[in-house]
Amino acid sequence: MQKTDTGNPDYFHKVVDCQWACPAHTPVPEYIRLIAAGRYADAYMVNWESNVFPGILGRTCDRPCEPACRRGRVEEGGGAKPEPVAICRLKRVAADNKGDVRALMPKPAAKKNGKRIACVGAGPASLTVARDLAPLGYSVTVFDRDKRAGGMIWSQIPRFRLPLEVIDEEVGYILDLGVELKAGVEITSMKKLLAEGWDAIFVGSGAPRGRDLDIPGRKEAAAHIHIGIDWLSSVSFGHVSHIGKRVIVLGGGNTAMDCCRTSRRLGGEDVKVIVRSGFEEMKASPWEKEDAQHEGIPILNYLVPKAFTHENGRLTGVGFEKVKAVYDAKGRRSLVPTGEPEQHYECDDVLVAVGQENAFPWIERDCGIELDRHGLPVLDKATLRATLPNVFFGGDSAFGPKNIIWAVAHGHEAAVSIDKLLNGEDLRQRPAPQTSLVSQKMGIHEWSYHNEIALDRRFKVPWRDVNQTLKNIKVEVELGFDPATGFKEAERCLNCDVQTVFTGKLCIECDACADICPMDCISVTPNGEEAELRARLRAPANNKAQDLYVSEPLKTTRVLVKDEDVCLHCGLCAERCPTGAWDMQKFLLEMTHAGPGCRRPQKLAA
Amino acid sequence: MTYLAKPKLHHPTLPKNKLGYTRRDYEGKVSTLCAGCGHDSISAALIQAFWELDVEPHRVAKLSGIGCSSKTPDYFLGNSHGFNTVHGRMPSVLTGANLANRDLIYLGVSGDGDSASIGLGQFAHVMRRGVNMTYILENNGVYGLTKGQFSATADMGSKSKRGQVNTDSAVDTISLALIMGASFVARSFSGDKAQLVPLIKAAIAHQGAAFIDVISPCVAFNNHPGSTKSYDYIREHNEAVNRLDFWPSREAITIDYSEGGLIEVPQHDGSILKLRKLDADYDPRDRIVALEHVARAAEKGEVLTGLLYVHAEAQDLHAHLNTYAVPLNKLGEKELCPGAGVLEKINAALR
Ligand SMILES: Cc1cc2nc3c(=O)[nH]c(=O)nc-3n(C[C@H](O)[C@H](O)[C@H](O)COP(=O)(O)OP(=O)(O)OC[C@H]3O[C@@H](n4cnc5c(N)ncnc54)[C@H](O)[C@@H]3O)c2cc1C
Ligand SMILES: Cc1ncc(C[n+]2csc(CCOP(=O)(O)OP(=O)(O)O)c2C)c(N)n1
Ligand code: SF4
Ligand code: SF4
Ligand code: SF4
Ligand SMILES: [Mg+2]
Repeated sequence: MQKTDTGNPDYFHKVVDCQWACPAHTPVPEYIRLIAAGRYADAYMVNWESNVFPGILGRTCDRPCEPACRRGRVEEGGGAKPEPVAICRLKRVAADNKGDVRALMPKPAAKKNGKRIACVGAGPASLTVARDLAPLGYSVTVFDRDKRAGGMIWSQIPRFRLPLEVIDEEVGYILDLGVELKAGVEITSMKKLLAEGWDAIFVGSGAPRGRDLDIPGRKEAAAHIHIGIDWLSSVSFGHVSHIGKRVIVLGGGNTAMDCCRTSRRLGGEDVKVIVRSGFEEMKASPWEKEDAQHEGIPILNYLVPKAFTHENGRLTGVGFEKVKAVYDAKGRRSLVPTGEPEQHYECDDVLVAVGQENAFPWIERDCGIELDRHGLPVLDKATLRATLPNVFFGGDSAFGPKNIIWAVAHGHEAAVSIDKLLNGEDLRQRPAPQTSLVSQKMGIHEWSYHNEIALDRRFKVPWRDVNQTLKNIKVEVELGFDPATGFKEAERCLNCDVQTVFTGKLCIECDACADICPMDCISVTPNGEEAELRARLRAPANNKAQDLYVSEPLKTTRVLVKDEDVCLHCGLCAERCPTGAWDMQKFLLEMTHAGPGCRRPQKLAA
Repeated sequence: MTYLAKPKLHHPTLPKNKLGYTRRDYEGKVSTLCAGCGHDSISAALIQAFWELDVEPHRVAKLSGIGCSSKTPDYFLGNSHGFNTVHGRMPSVLTGANLANRDLIYLGVSGDGDSASIGLGQFAHVMRRGVNMTYILENNGVYGLTKGQFSATADMGSKSKRGQVNTDSAVDTISLALIMGASFVARSFSGDKAQLVPLIKAAIAHQGAAFIDVISPCVAFNNHPGSTKSYDYIREHNEAVNRLDFWPSREAITIDYSEGGLIEVPQHDGSILKLRKLDADYDPRDRIVALEHVARAAEKGEVLTGLLYVHAEAQDLHAHLNTYAVPLNKLGEKELCPGAGVLEKINAALR
């Protein structure tokens, strides 16, 4: 194998599994260490820079970082399955304990730069664009047909998961930057908006249409069949405050989970979720299913709805066909009927939560913005630019429904595009992230990070008593970690950003590092092709998604190979190395956001 | 060294031996030796060997003298018996323990100062008595623990870290062990576990006095140019006479050895040593040839490594003395104090 090029920022970035997996590339271990140090405000600001909504995301994020977390690969069985660090809920610890951070926030631009930006929709995507551009002097106006900002964060996510104060606070930090919010204003014509002469337009209007279920009885029983996302926003708006005693929720995604749990709080006593697929394949996250089941909501699988039954124009229930999963040679799944008789479940109300779609009734088809055959805008993936040069899309409106953290990541990218566009630059020349690599050595066995490995299992976030939470939809279910538990959970983090950095010319091939490594990551061995090398290391390197760190040939012509997969970043290799060939160095990667850093280096005036 | 205990976590695929233990279960306390010390690599090789042999740690007795090398029994096989004895006196304590209880596996760990300087006499006698043991000499040419004075194995003409030249001739522990009657004699290098681990396994299986001289660089005091015990020097001058594969039994052999140049040595306990010759003339079953080879190699400045001598039909001290097979601690009062009548008989026999 070739010597590993650690100069490529991606190499060490990939080692920080959580940061690599985070769409906004939040420096996770950096903020977790700050939490462990009790520096909550600093931890909050590290988050705020990257993901804009730490308090909101600390309660609701889809947390793609957690399945990626190294801890989930290294913890010993001991009966229970290994579990990642509670990265998401640690964000909340920072948010809950940060105190007043207003002084740490950027100030509104002292001088406007004369450029006007319109954002359609006040969801997380638009708000991120606004946050990134307003301090630079852009005049940003955000339109939303709703009476408050937040988008689906407030209209869809129920209050028992995310209190209003948290939304208001974090949306407030953005509006305080001098962003103009036009709430209650619906944009009905793109042509008209284009004609208003904005320097750039960002569309962050979301994926607002819930799919319907066109099966017999739909029309006749319409009065008690509701589209999930419409019903949830009606609850948020205060238009709906009651539902029947027996409720069936159709669908297995996050909307279904919010629908069933909301129903339990609005009078539903016998609430069921009924899904076509198996339990494992459901789109909802494992913790969402757990939360629903904890509230006494059964989840029934492999049942395909066939008809709504009704009597005298009143819904009486839903008929289902039982199916099973069958896999073809390629491993593709299809659901085939088992042939068992149709099953019928009685109910008073049905919530249909079977998916969401994009809809742009307000974008005229001849305004220059092309939509593809799925009704999604034709975009340049890297720049998020539409087929009109100064129109950008992001969040759910760009590629269909995703989640908040993706909306934020798109917002950052779109802001970079807009900033470069309005500075006359090539949008496709994207800025590299800023990285630094700093030795953590303080003494022979002293490091500026805590390298002892905590053996604690993942701590559970405490829940408020079910009897209390089911009575009031506004009572938050999760209580969050207290600071002491937050500290312990933070100590589970392995500091994957503190990299093992190898200098071949110092190595005397004494084997000390290979001998001490608790995870058998290190081998000094003759070089070879990757596949063959992976098989004959001290421990087989079976996880191909994780790189091998290969040195230049050493004195004996052998190479030192480190499998990054299960390294604990304990630093024992560096402590045992007599020559300092191994060092522990902190790799900090920060995405370059809109602003001078994302532009070409300016020529100095002569 | 490090202040931290090695984390308990281990590689998810870490295998278990027949007893259900992983290699990690054979570790000891965290080492306090200098980072990079060859002795730590030898400890790692011992861990590997005992794990591979499926030895229950409580069946092992580790005995050592004084020195950095002699400290190492604390850093492996944490669940074994151990006795850190007096400088140069490990052999006599080991002999006594072995006589009292032959059921344990005896591992002697010593240094070149411990064995060739202060303990030279004890070293010679434990070999000639044929005590059933594995004697590991961690040879770095200096007194590491007392800050790097030349030991008796330092080669004449080699330089100390400060540039001083050694004018005394070296004790060659391999030749001495051969002359004194050790029945298994090998030399290896701490930086070559592929060679060292099978040698240790074979030595443990050997039912007699097994001696391995392991060159083990002292990174603090003897790893500089001019030293003949440094990593670089040993790598340049290492001449392996053979490569050993150790098989616990004939049934266990899984490699096809059809190619020539192979010597097979079955041992008392049923295990098989398969030696692939690297030097065509070398037959490790001949003690005189071994002595000659070692001497000639030394003349050429080569460090001969590998299994240098093995006497498969070796007998041990218990056989020589015709001792009682049951360990003393398993005998009851009746056997140990058979009464006045028996004493009378013995006395009568001596009159
Ligand atoms: C029930 C439910 C639960 C969810 N739970 C989570 C969760 O726990 N975690 C998570 O990460 N994600 C969750 N999501 C997804 C998440 O809410 C979205 O992915 C995210 O809000 C998308 O952000 P956005 O900025 O693209 O648009 P949105 O948040 O959808 O905001 C779009 C805004 O644009 C406004 N708008 C649209 N058209 C116009 C127009 N023509 N004129 C003016 N205003 C307009 C809308 O009123 C809306 O306020 C959930 C979604 C649903 C439906
Ligand atoms: C009777 C006695 N004399 C001297 C010493 C001092 N002493 C301690 S260790 C040592 C030499 C150890 O050298 P070696 O056996 O080669 O071990 P190393 O530290 O090199 O591994 C000496 C002379 C002692 N402890 N006891
Ligand atoms: S930091 Fe070094 S010793 Fe620790 S697990 Fe990683 S490679 Fe092994
Ligand atoms: S401990 Fe240091 S010198 Fe020894 S093999 Fe490892 S990297 Fe090389
Ligand atoms: S002084 Fe030498 S022998 Fe002793 S621990 Fe340090 S390197 Fe090893
Ligand atoms: Mg010594």
